[in-house]
Amino acid sequence: MKRRFITLGRIIHTGIVNFIRNVSLGVAAIAVMVVTLTIILFSVIANATFANTITQITNRVDISIYLKDEVTPAQASTLVAQIKALPNARDVRYFSKQAALDRYIQQSDNKESLLSAVSKTTNPIPATILVKPTDLNKIGNIITFLNKPANAALQSDQPSYSGDRKEAIDNITHATNVLRRIGVVAVAVFTVICALIIFNTIQMAIFNRRDEITIMRLLGAKTSYIRGPFVVESIIYGILSAVVSLLIINSAFLTSSNALQASSLGLLDIGYASEYFAANFWKLLTMQLAVGILIGTVSSVIATRRYLKFKVR
Amino acid sequence: MILLDRVSKTYNKALGPSLDRISLHVEPKEFVIVVGQSGAGKTTLLRLLTREERPTSGKIIIGGIDYDKLKDKDIPLLRRKIGVVFQDFKLLPNKNVFENVAFALEIVGVSKKEIKHTVPKVLDIVNLTGKEKRMPQELSGGERQRVAIARAIVRQPRILIADEPTGNLDPKHAWDVIKVLEKINRYGTTVLLTTHNVEIVNKLKRRVVTLQHGKVASDRANADYKI
Ligand SMILES: Nc1ncnc2c1ncn2[C@@H]1O[C@H](COP(=O)(O)OP(=O)(O)OP(=O)(O)O)[C@@H](O)[C@H]1O
Ligand SMILES: [Mg+2]
Repeated sequence: MKRRFITLGRIIHTGIVNFIRNVSLGVAAIAVMVVTLTIILFSVIANATFANTITQITNRVDISIYLKDEVTPAQASTLVAQIKALPNARDVRYFSKQAALDRYIQQSDNKESLLSAVSKTTNPIPATILVKPTDLNKIGNIITFLNKPANAALQSDQPSYSGDRKEAIDNITHATNVLRRIGVVAVAVFTVICALIIFNTIQMAIFNRRDEITIMRLLGAKTSYIRGPFVVESIIYGILSAVVSLLIINSAFLTSSNALQASSLGLLDIGYASEYFAANFWKLLTMQLAVGILIGTVSSVIATRRYLKFKVR
Repeated sequence: MILLDRVSKTYNKALGPSLDRISLHVEPKEFVIVVGQSGAGKTTLLRLLTREERPTSGKIIIGGIDYDKLKDKDIPLLRRKIGVVFQDFKLLPNKNVFENVAFALEIVGVSKKEIKHTVPKVLDIVNLTGKEKRMPQELSGGERQRVAIARAIVRQPRILIADEPTGNLDPKHAWDVIKVLEKINRYGTTVLLTTHNVEIVNKLKRRVVTLQHGKVASDRANADYKI
């Protein structure tokens, strides 16, 4: 048992020493691994950001239903109750003529002049029902309900809803899907490239140390003892690459938020993305380390299995 | 301890066998010298014992281990029981004298403390005290040979195989090496030594196995070197 710990310690130590001695050999492997891990990290952050943007926009979308002045409060509350019963209505609120006016003034830019203008005449704003949908893509059933003749008769105007926002959401949903697909393909491709380069690096390292390996074998070293340091070296590649990928994304946020200030990079909300990055830093670091170590371990185990075969003639 | 039964080894069919139906029985704690002209098959014989090579035919049993039943994954454990001084030393060029000897202990999981305790003792036995920090390329041929011997005996193996351990040494140092082997043998290690050195063979008065063209030409106790 004690010997096992000593041996494990020696394997790790040898791996670290070999890594330092052969940094130049590992540069290619680390570079590709950094790219792979950066793509993964970017995809995860972008995914979360897009999801957030969609929620944000959905929250802001509402349908306004304008009631005729002659609609009685009883009729209005019946209608409100009916809308509330619709499956896609998340939040339904009724504003009387006065409340709707107050709200309108609240939302306007030049309150002063509006106030004086309104006070001189009668209230031009109709009583309004505001409906927030659960899912923007299923807004149709609410509209169909409102357009029924009995319900249309109560309304002074067509219900209005923010069509441009739906378009924005469609765009983002589309972008998310495209990004997911690109992300998956890019991660797969780069992981394979990464594994191949680690293969190659280990093959070269084994070739460089072939005399040493022969001697180790003759002196009775087990294959695991010979293989261990190569695996440790690849794990170090993984750890370094994970850290570097986080540094890259971090500095990308720093430069882009300096350059663009609060503006967004196309559809990507940089502000939220960097917030998400900061809030989930440790989680993301753990994820990156796990992925980096996994890639390093799996490819080095396969490579050493292949190139360190022990066969007596 | 060592049993060979009609063991042959052919590297290359076109060149014929390097060992041809060798039979040999070595008792525990015995000291056996294998002599023979260059190319007679001495190193080949030793390589079969350390499982560097597989015999083309024949049976080998060492310390109760039947080589026909030995799995590849158990070869390291076999090699840990046998100390070998290679004809070409096989020292690690990027490790110094101390590290080269310590290496044999490291790969079997001996603690640092124990290594620090054992290695200097062994270096003292081969007269290399004070040269611990030298790199192999900074050593004379004889000094390198003694490092190889130190590495072979540091694990106190039950069997010691020494392939031409005096090849590069002047008579005085050659004799020092032989005295080390005799000492180890006295402590109970079976020793198998190959050499060209007539004087040593004659002085040792031990069992001598003569190989000729891959065959055992003679096998005599208390023998002189005769070819
Ligand atoms: N790896 C190999 N492949 C092919 N032939 C080999 C190999 N090793 C040795 N031989 C041949 O086998 C024969 C015996 O070689 P071996 O090295 O056993 O001789 P030796 O008795 O140790 O000689 P020396 O005293 O010069 O060391 C030689 O003819 C040699 O050419
Ligand atoms: Mg030889």
